Amino acid sequence: MMKKIFAHPESLRDTSTHYCPGCGHGTVHRLIAEIIDELAIREKVIGVAPVGCAVIAYDYWKFDCSEAAHGRALAVATAIKRVRPQNIVFTYQGDGDLAAIGGNETIHAANRGENLTVVFINNAIYGMTGGQMAPTTLIGQKSATTPLGRNAQLQGYPLKISEMLALLPGVKYIERTSLDSVPNIIKTKAAIKQAFLNQIENKGFSLVEVLSPCPTYWAMSPQDSLKWIKEVMSKEFPLGRIK
Amino acid sequence: MKKILMSGNEAIAEGALQAGCTFYAGYPITPQNEIIAYFAKALPERGGVFIQAESELAAINMVFGASSTGVRAMTSSSSPGVSLKQEGISYIAGAELPAVIVNIMRGGPGLGNIWPAQSDYFQSTRGGGHGDYRCIVIAPYCVQEAYDSMFTAFDLADKYRMPVIILGDGMLGQVMEPIIPYRKSHVAYRKPWALTGCKGREPNIAKSFFMVEGDLEKANLKLQKKYQMIQQKEENFEGLFLDDAKIILVAYGTMARIVKSVVNKLRKDGLKIGLIRPITLWPFPNKVFNKHLKPKTKFLTIEMSYGQMLEDVKLAVNGKVPVEFLGRSGGGVSTEEEIIKKIKSMK
Repeated sequence: MMKKIFAHPESLRDTSTHYCPGCGHGTVHRLIAEIIDELAIREKVIGVAPVGCAVIAYDYWKFDCSEAAHGRALAVATAIKRVRPQNIVFTYQGDGDLAAIGGNETIHAANRGENLTVVFINNAIYGMTGGQMAPTTLIGQKSATTPLGRNAQLQGYPLKISEMLALLPGVKYIERTSLDSVPNIIKTKAAIKQAFLNQIENKGFSLVEVLSPCPTYWAMSPQDSLKWIKEVMSKEFPLGRIK
Repeated sequence: MKKILMSGNEAIAEGALQAGCTFYAGYPITPQNEIIAYFAKALPERGGVFIQAESELAAINMVFGASSTGVRAMTSSSSPGVSLKQEGISYIAGAELPAVIVNIMRGGPGLGNIWPAQSDYFQSTRGGGHGDYRCIVIAPYCVQEAYDSMFTAFDLADKYRMPVIILGDGMLGQVMEPIIPYRKSHVAYRKPWALTGCKGREPNIAKSFFMVEGDLEKANLKLQKKYQMIQQKEENFEGLFLDDAKIILVAYGTMARIVKSVVNKLRKDGLKIGLIRPITLWPFPNKVFNKHLKPKTKFLTIEMSYGQMLEDVKLAVNGKVPVEFLGRSGGGVSTEEEIIKKIKSMK
């Protein structure tokens, strides 16, 4: 009898996604689904989807989900978890959602030490709205709103919100990972799984920042996007355990 | 049951707790701070969840989250804070979640001041945030009625799965009156849509997002149908001396207390005067206006704002009779003398 070593996760719907070729969202959606299956928590997970490219993440997952207004995912998730501590609650947020419009919600949920899992997709750009500057856009990086490249004098510096959050005593775990290679995707899965395990063990606020490719608005091929994460983006946003 | 002395703000909080509210999130703002303080103490004691949010935005979105799990949830604020909550209220309406929002109005626009006002009538009765939606708006005029309104508010929110606003003002919030804080069993609505984990069922999704062509129009038409039903069934008002009234005064909330006193006085003087006090501002009690619409009836709308409810009164009488207006705002409140002077000028 042959052993089954690869299957479609139960927590992932069998459907194609709206994501562009080479986008990282589909990969992370699948990692989350695999983790939820492995931890056998599908029936008690409540996910909170963001506004941005992953706005309809709930159409791809197969468990209870809520939407949240742009930036407000951690306010919505805070209340869900406080009311139903027996459920496993996570947010899935992009850089604009988590670090710009939702900066306040992010800081205060982390500072309260909410027992939540946060998956933070950093692709250094606003995807859904057409490639505008994100708080994490690199210096010199061109976008629809920085046509000459991000200029620190005018637009400030790439925001390292993970490092900022690590200063807060309420935060249990923060790790930055990347999707640029298979070994790093495996590390990303391990980190997100750790963030879920922390919640199951009531340890408190856990966040995984994932450097994720956006070939469309980086104006690069999918292959060059992965190379850019490795050679450029992860120099600005170093990988590894932050807290 | 023994009467106890309570402020309007305290009565609102206690009424909500008695109506089964187990979640409150809010941000301090005058003149409603007694509400947040009451919940901070009482909710943990009674097994509920209290969160002092980092902003009004966070507070209303926490209410969204709590309500999506099926519990009775509310927030409270005052005018500038309620402006901030409009984003969340729109999402709650779109996602068809029940929620109660208390607005203890103060003077505006901008930071305005902390004195009583009724200037948020348009914002409350017209939706307030973006999109085609409505909120049920209940305007209590005394502390007992503020307490009673909380049962109605949570029941209506659950029944119709929509935001319900309790619209008071700084005077109602601060005034202390003896009330009977009775207990009443509330209807436990079935909530098969709630997010509880998908054990033994298909996943539930709480959302207001409908991208597929035609889906949003369908969802909006569903809301409109619900609103028409509410307009038919849920109008509420108090009428006084309407049968033979030649002049009908229209006022709500704190303003109605002063106006009611004027009506009683002038009746004693033999003047054929009556009062319509809308208790639901949306749905506006149109039917009672039609019922008492005679060719020579005159209406006078009196507000602590500059002609906001006036528009609803004009819509209700549809140009058939004249509607006059008296109002002050920014902390100013028309006195009995000013009201009587205005009435005499109409004769």
